[in-house]
Amino acid sequence: MAEIALTGEELAMQAGEMGWPLSWAINHQLQVGRMFDAPDLVAVSQAHMMADPEAVGEAGAQFMEDLARYGARVRVPTITDPRGVDLASYHPLGQTEEMAGLERRIIAACTGMGILMTNTCVNYQTIMPPVMGEHVAYGDTGVVIYSNSVCGARSNFEGGPSALAASLTGRTPRYGLHLDENRRATRRFVVAEQPRELTDWGVLGAVVGERAGSYWQVPVIEGLEMVPNSDQLKHLGAAMASYGSTPLFHLVGITPEARRLSDVGGDRLEPETVSAGMMNALRSRFGATGEKVDVVVFAAPQLSIVEMQQVAALCRGRTMAVSLIVCTSPQVYPDAVRHGFVNTIEASGGMVLQGTCFYNQFAREIGEANGWKRLLSNSAKIVNILGGYGYEPALASMEQCVASAVAGEIR
Amino acid sequence: MITLACHTGIGPKAEGYALVARDNFSARYDLDRRRGIFSRPGHVLAGRSYRDKILVMNTVKGGVATAWMLYAMKRSGVCPRAFLFNTANAIMAQGAALADLALCDRFAGGDITELVRDGDHLVVDPARGLVRVTNRS
Repeated sequence: MAEIALTGEELAMQAGEMGWPLSWAINHQLQVGRMFDAPDLVAVSQAHMMADPEAVGEAGAQFMEDLARYGARVRVPTITDPRGVDLASYHPLGQTEEMAGLERRIIAACTGMGILMTNTCVNYQTIMPPVMGEHVAYGDTGVVIYSNSVCGARSNFEGGPSALAASLTGRTPRYGLHLDENRRATRRFVVAEQPRELTDWGVLGAVVGERAGSYWQVPVIEGLEMVPNSDQLKHLGAAMASYGSTPLFHLVGITPEARRLSDVGGDRLEPETVSAGMMNALRSRFGATGEKVDVVVFAAPQLSIVEMQQVAALCRGRTMAVSLIVCTSPQVYPDAVRHGFVNTIEASGGMVLQGTCFYNQFAREIGEANGWKRLLSNSAKIVNILGGYGYEPALASMEQCVASAVAGEIR
Repeated sequence: MITLACHTGIGPKAEGYALVARDNFSARYDLDRRRGIFSRPGHVLAGRSYRDKILVMNTVKGGVATAWMLYAMKRSGVCPRAFLFNTANAIMAQGAALADLALCDRFAGGDITELVRDGDHLVVDPARGLVRVTNRS
């Protein structure tokens, strides 16, 4: 196995000459780089770090506090994924002071290192979308797959520790999606049923992701009769990454690296049909029409201003029989207030949270605290996650979700 | 003893008993990390304890949370001793590196979930890219 080539500065970091935080960071990156045969490190322009308190835990919080105390400072703009506790609104969810305290410690450590607490998983819609060919170190699988696929940027899935390491060194190991050869298509899918609603795009992503089935597979999809918008691509990618750990897809004639099927080598692959039957089979795993619902959730990914408008329009003049929770970003939230969307949703009995996402808000604990079992969402991603947290998740369109929240049973 | 060769992995040598499933893994999606069991109802290992086991599975799925979660699991002591996959992903490698947990993948002999049986005693040597099955020959 060839050793990773390092510059003089990188060698100094590795030797500890630039302090413990940089020594930890680059040695962490070298371990990962060796496993995937990285030839060297590549400079990154941005990092995006996931650090919600349920995932980070006491041990991770202590680790970040240690880094901050030893003088760690980010070298490239670094932003954060959604938080686990909306500090302005955690009592209504049944979250505890202990959870909020852990959240405050993580925020303090992050800000101490110069990290921008943007708290969003839709930074490609709201902060600074990466551009074609830009090497970045992004966390949140939905962010990575959108940035790679739709923007043409280059990122591996960077978990919290590795995104943090990249933010400190300004580099990341050059493996996986940073290399041209790993961006070629390996599976070719042909769509037989055209997606219509956001949920359909999520279902398509789920089916393709599940069939691709590995981080190292790259699906190319053909047969779409429309150019999807950013929210549709958001749900497609988030679900594909969730069900398949897939970091990149191509849409023929739509995404920038696949103007033609042959651009990504898809013409040499056997076509596989994504049939209506496959789509329905996925839906049927999360079907529960007629059953009582405990909580309706719009999240994963956080809602855009357009989705906020759509939810508000469906809520206007209605009264929710059960909890309805909407998660959006701190960037979209003030705009949604300004347009009256937050007021409309709250007037109907719904709750709008900013800077969080339901599944990383101590989902098991808030489910137990509120007696939530049957959860309904239009996100194919979130219904995939929450079964392991003790929920019985069900999937429906945005319209059906709101109607079900009003009725108290799944419509 | 059977020796299985794989790609160079991450983490220290480890030994223990195998918990094998032809299924995929995510710390967030699949585990009750308080109780140390697989909690996702549809998972092949639903209800089984992973504590101190060597998990042998197909690949890794889902999100980035596993990276932080492995570190917290290792510190809590309610954790597998090592992970073997046909193919790991970036997140698993990052989490193993932070947590100092043994991780290996890409086995030369084929499907690791078939090469290893549930309950086998294994010695995992990530630096050398070797896994030994000590109870069979």
